[in-house]
Amino acid sequence: MSTRPSKRTHPKQVHLGAHFPGVNNTTVWSDPRSLSHIEVESFVHLARTAERGLFDFLFLAEGLRLREQQGRIFDLDVMGRPDTFTILNTLAAATTRLGLAGTINTTFNEPWEVARQFASLDHLSGGRAAWNIVTSSDAFTGENFRRGGFLAHSDRYARAAEFVEVAKSFWDSWSEDALLVDRENGVFLRPGSVHEVDHRGAQFTVHGAGSLPRTPQGQPVLFQAGDSEQGREFAASTADAIFTRHGTLEQGRAFYADVKARALRHGRHAEDLKVLPAATFVLGDTAEDARERADVVRHQQVGPQTAIAFLEQVWNRDLSAYDPEGPLPTIDPDVSRLVAQGRANVAKDPRAVAQSYRDRAEAEGLNIRELIIKVTTQQQFVGTAAQVAQEIDTYVQTDACDGFILVPHLTPGGLDEFVDTVVPLLQERGVHRTAYTGTTLREHLAVPRPAPDAAAIREARAS
Amino acid sequence: MTIRLLDHHSRPLHLAVELDGTGRHPAAWRRTDSRAEELFTAGYWVDLSRQADDAGLELVLLTDAFTAASAGSGVVSGRLDAVAIAARVALETTTVGLVPLATTTHTEPFHVAKAVQSLDHVSHGRAGWEVGVSTTAADAELVGRTGVQSAASLWAEADAAVEVAVRLWDSWEDDAEIRDVATGRFVDRDKLHYIDFVGERFSVKGPSITPRSPQGHALVVVRAGDDASLAVAAGRADVVRVSAPHIAAAGAERERVHTAVRAAGRDPDQVTVLLDVEVLTAPTAAQARAEVAQLEAWARHTPRSLTYTGTPDGLAGLLHDLQAVGAADGVTLVPLALPSGLAQITQQVLPRLRQQGVLSETPAAGTLLRERFGLSRPVNRFAQEVPA
Repeated sequence: MSTRPSKRTHPKQVHLGAHFPGVNNTTVWSDPRSLSHIEVESFVHLARTAERGLFDFLFLAEGLRLREQQGRIFDLDVMGRPDTFTILNTLAAATTRLGLAGTINTTFNEPWEVARQFASLDHLSGGRAAWNIVTSSDAFTGENFRRGGFLAHSDRYARAAEFVEVAKSFWDSWSEDALLVDRENGVFLRPGSVHEVDHRGAQFTVHGAGSLPRTPQGQPVLFQAGDSEQGREFAASTADAIFTRHGTLEQGRAFYADVKARALRHGRHAEDLKVLPAATFVLGDTAEDARERADVVRHQQVGPQTAIAFLEQVWNRDLSAYDPEGPLPTIDPDVSRLVAQGRANVAKDPRAVAQSYRDRAEAEGLNIRELIIKVTTQQQFVGTAAQVAQEIDTYVQTDACDGFILVPHLTPGGLDEFVDTVVPLLQERGVHRTAYTGTTLREHLAVPRPAPDAAAIREARAS
Repeated sequence: MTIRLLDHHSRPLHLAVELDGTGRHPAAWRRTDSRAEELFTAGYWVDLSRQADDAGLELVLLTDAFTAASAGSGVVSGRLDAVAIAARVALETTTVGLVPLATTTHTEPFHVAKAVQSLDHVSHGRAGWEVGVSTTAADAELVGRTGVQSAASLWAEADAAVEVAVRLWDSWEDDAEIRDVATGRFVDRDKLHYIDFVGERFSVKGPSITPRSPQGHALVVVRAGDDASLAVAAGRADVVRVSAPHIAAAGAERERVHTAVRAAGRDPDQVTVLLDVEVLTAPTAAQARAEVAQLEAWARHTPRSLTYTGTPDGLAGLLHDLQAVGAADGVTLVPLALPSGLAQITQQVLPRLRQQGVLSETPAAGTLLRERFGLSRPVNRFAQEVPA
């Protein structure tokens, strides 16, 4: 369909990103190989590993308030992160080709400043910046910010869309050839080459010109994360890539077909919107070895206390008195409140979830911790390097995605083995580059550079 | 000007440099050696920062303004985010302090605080923050959240933003991360603290999302201009920037700062006063004057502080005299033209100052920036409050 498979003479290229290990229980901190999540050396290690593996980009998530449970700071997971822009600008010095993608919230920032920060990153990295656009209506996080938590849930995408629109206007406000630097005649900027933004909207009323020349990529690459209807439409109209959840091949194909079709309806080429699910992985010398390793990792990810904490997020009760090695609570969830704050995913129908947990525990003879290990996210790729390379390739070639954002479970060495063993096999298959052919992230991702007159085109469309 | 006065002040002179585009003179970009085409590239800023670092300058001050492109086509327009530049050069330098200016008027205190705190992490304890405000209607319209504020209001807000930043920097105790496998706890949450700041223009709950940094607190730099900014400098700053047209006036400025610092209940010995000196040097005084005359022919520039035009020897002499009479604890050299002005400072002026014994020794790697200004690593305010 939209990806024109019949015209393909070469296999699709696999696009790979490296996710810095997250602030959640996927990241294993109890392992002796787990080092700092804050020190710059950890970021440099992962970035250089990704660049050694010729990845498209490094990816940073964001969370602007420490998570809480039962009204107290949640203390079981890796916690703390440095500022996204500071880290990405620093990493621009430690790498030469790797794309630098950061998650920045549209609810707790202003378009002018974010536009300028990403433009600065794009200039200072020579065209390697990407913005993962997220939205929030979270009043809990809002307590750290001027605007607080005023945003209605339904307005999240309205704000995000207008935010990005204004940011793009600032990125486009200098003509491509604005920087003249005519010393002899004393003309620094080409006259008439800087256009003021005059935006009056429901969310923002801003006026003025951007403060930087058009950036090496024209505009930073835009990622969007979010699987909702609104999120898909927003991505299809605006984003260069979608950061999504991993699913089965069939789920992936359905999602892929859906968003690519939406992109076409927005007048875009399907291949200009890349679909990149997050994926965790465990490698082994044999399939059995990999499965054993994966089981060890799952037990590290879900320790006894974490198992109880997960259960509390469904039950919305203090379950600290329960034995993680014992049976599930017979008491029903409290549906009148939420114990967890600062988490994106909460059970929509806690009673039904609780019952399904009890049923499964009984059927399979599982205690609390064993059950939580099974019902929370498993590693997506478990196998030998050859198996994982083949599976990744299959997902990409059968249009379940365009590549993956790999999430290592160890900081900072969790990607080393993948780069050493899987990347060469992907290269042998002819689906992963053997050298960078471009300098910008847009070139790595094969997404087009926005036309210099994009602002004028948008204005014409709007009127 | 080069008379050697008896030196009663044994304290070495602190030496900083301000890097502002192609130099503070608005026409400096027209010089054939200006590198104006590279102003928005990493290479330009890395070269300048490395030069300052290699030469042993103590601080690189990166100016910024929350402002749109200039309307005039004859002057330099455009500006990279200063915190971004500082981060970009962090791994390219080893000892110099990195002090971006970040404004507090239209920004989020939480974001500014963690950005500076993170700069301290990536630079291994070399971060500073020059606190600035946005004064114009044009700045306000870029964001559209508020209108123009009075100086008193702007600096009261800046004061609150610094308070928030310092509380956030302390909101994780140094040993909060425990990685206790037995109890499954990554942190000891009793060592994480809400800051519960409630202010007129913003409230911030905390804690920071970023753990405490190598310095504990980044070096806080405030320019003391009007009374409103002087009050913030006196109450908050580790380093105070002042301007004065001549040495005598500089001494008076230093006294003005010290009086305000004492009034704020702080010890003037804990505050370093840096005088701005706008400089353009050349092998001969005649050449230096000719270069300034050329700049002035292109565009007028009103000096904002004491200006030195002449030879590197003459500048070294001026700095020696400044130190000798105790008119300032140090100097921020502000080149009228870059990169030429920085090359003159690092290659010609600094060796002379070293010979004169005016400067301190380059510190050992790993020395915290604060320590170079005689400041210890701050005790965590929240740790102090914990009852037995």
